[in-house]
Amino acid sequence: MKKLIDRINPEEGSFLEVFKFWDLLVQLVTRDIKLKYRRSFLGYLWSILNPLMIMIIMTVVFSFLFSDGVEYFPLYLLAGRTMFEFIAGATDKALWSITDNAGLLKKTYVSKFMFTIAKITSTMIDFLFSLGAMVIVMLVYSIINHRILFSFMNLGFLIPFVEAYIFSVGAGLILAELHVFFRDIRYIYNAGMTAIMYASAMFYSLDMFYKNGEAQIAAGATPYAIYLAKFIEHFNPFYIYMKQIRYFLWAPTLSTGVPYWAQVHVIDFVLGFFYAFLMLAIGISTFKKSQDKFILYI
Amino acid sequence: MSENEKYVNGSELPSVEELLEQGLVTINPDENIKDEDCAVIVNDVTVRFNKATEHIDNLKEYFVKLIKRELMFQEFLALKNVNLKIKKGEAWGIIGTNGSGKSTLLKVISRILKPYKGSVKVNGTIASLIELGAGIDPRLTARENIYLNGCILGYSKEFIDEKFDEIVEFSELRDFLDSPVQNFSSGMQSRLGFSVATVVQPDILIVDEVLSVGDVLFSKKCMNKMNEMLNNGTTLLFVSHSIDQVKSMCDKAIWLDHGNVVMQGDIDLVANEYDQKIAAIKERQRQEDADRERELKAVEKRLAEEKKKRRIS
Repeated sequence: MKKLIDRINPEEGSFLEVFKFWDLLVQLVTRDIKLKYRRSFLGYLWSILNPLMIMIIMTVVFSFLFSDGVEYFPLYLLAGRTMFEFIAGATDKALWSITDNAGLLKKTYVSKFMFTIAKITSTMIDFLFSLGAMVIVMLVYSIINHRILFSFMNLGFLIPFVEAYIFSVGAGLILAELHVFFRDIRYIYNAGMTAIMYASAMFYSLDMFYKNGEAQIAAGATPYAIYLAKFIEHFNPFYIYMKQIRYFLWAPTLSTGVPYWAQVHVIDFVLGFFYAFLMLAIGISTFKKSQDKFILYI
Repeated sequence: MSENEKYVNGSELPSVEELLEQGLVTINPDENIKDEDCAVIVNDVTVRFNKATEHIDNLKEYFVKLIKRELMFQEFLALKNVNLKIKKGEAWGIIGTNGSGKSTLLKVISRILKPYKGSVKVNGTIASLIELGAGIDPRLTARENIYLNGCILGYSKEFIDEKFDEIVEFSELRDFLDSPVQNFSSGMQSRLGFSVATVVQPDILIVDEVLSVGDVLFSKKCMNKMNEMLNNGTTLLFVSHSIDQVKSMCDKAIWLDHGNVVMQGDIDLVANEYDQKIAAIKERQRQEDADRERELKAVEKRLAEEKKKRRIS
């Protein structure tokens, strides 16, 4: 690989320089991981305990709110939330990645793509760790129900993770460059993420929307609820990735078969990869254009 | 006695114009120098900054200014059409007062800043000893920092593995390898930075005058290391406003003033002119100060006299 990169010899400021600085990427990622988990076993424990505790709270709250419920709701919640929190956490860290390294960028030449990509990669590794919470809950259910909930299907979760990673790199690059020029972008980002969270069916299911829509049809009205569900399924990449990871981690545990609204079809993967690469293309091209001006603003 | 020596040793110094006329120093480098002999080629470089009265770094202000039509771009040229050709193995000093564009030139050469116009070509690797340990993370141990900092400077992991002992040996930090750098003194941190930066034999070495690396003994070691590199054919770029230091290290110099090249050429000629200019500026300042003082005294005297008159009447 190293030889291949030497042969291409990427020009200065191009995205391919990431491969030229590959060893630096590894160093930056291990630094983040080491600093988080160093000298404390609790560091690792917390990254499992934190999603577990939030899952318990949300399960208690939302079991009251939506009584019609989803089978194995804690697993449904945990799978979706892990995916959402990965993208949200990665883009949030990416937002700061250039401004936080201002001192370094003012003093030496390093490919600026590195810092954003390193942050997203270390967040991804964090979230792979936090899947330990998922394993614990599945174990507990397996014991309670005397039925093994694990299956080979589970390994498929890697597909949405790859999609989400590519998507996050694109979105992260855009956020990082915007944050250099406009420091208040973070407030807009925070508000935006809250909106996306509610639009991503994290703690409810689209089943509700379809049922409402059917009621609307029965009453002879326009089924807006179904339109809304269709819209989320096709235009919200967060939901697309959450749906896929649920399909691989939560759906195989169901004893009653996978409900229609949780079925994953080829179109879901096509859309997922389409949004990921679209975001990546926009991110790389705009970042490449604006990176020479960063030094004047950091 | 050649013309050159006469000017260097003689008491009377020619003006900048005279030197330029005789071709002893130039503003632009010799056209005949072949590009392939050069380590650094700075070709007609202009660097532009926006010297806006207020720095706009958020959307709110941006839109407010946009609506008020106050989004002005105030141009400030930190370098103006600078040309420079540094041959391989030469030692160049960059001199000038504060704000003359010295560090901007270095930033352009080390690729941190992109020029607004013109181009910079660098043949070979650069080691910059200006910001030692710019990439040091105080939360990591010395061992981890050697790897991180080395990778920031563009070394591969295998290379650092291979040179690890050499770096540790030079920095004299073997006993502290596994303690976090935040417990280190600033001298120890610079030692670490210097050792990592100089483990390679760079083609171009950039050094700042304020290279303070720990104690006297270590400073000496650093100077030796730098001299060793120079003897091995490394090109040196030295920034300073202390003329004596530049004279002792370099054989050529470029003098910058407000982003313009005043002259470039032989170190002694450039340094003498610069010295003279600085002396003249100092002299003028001294005179202005003296004038002001005299005026002040005159006013005081007059006031005192008037006071006296009033008291008498």
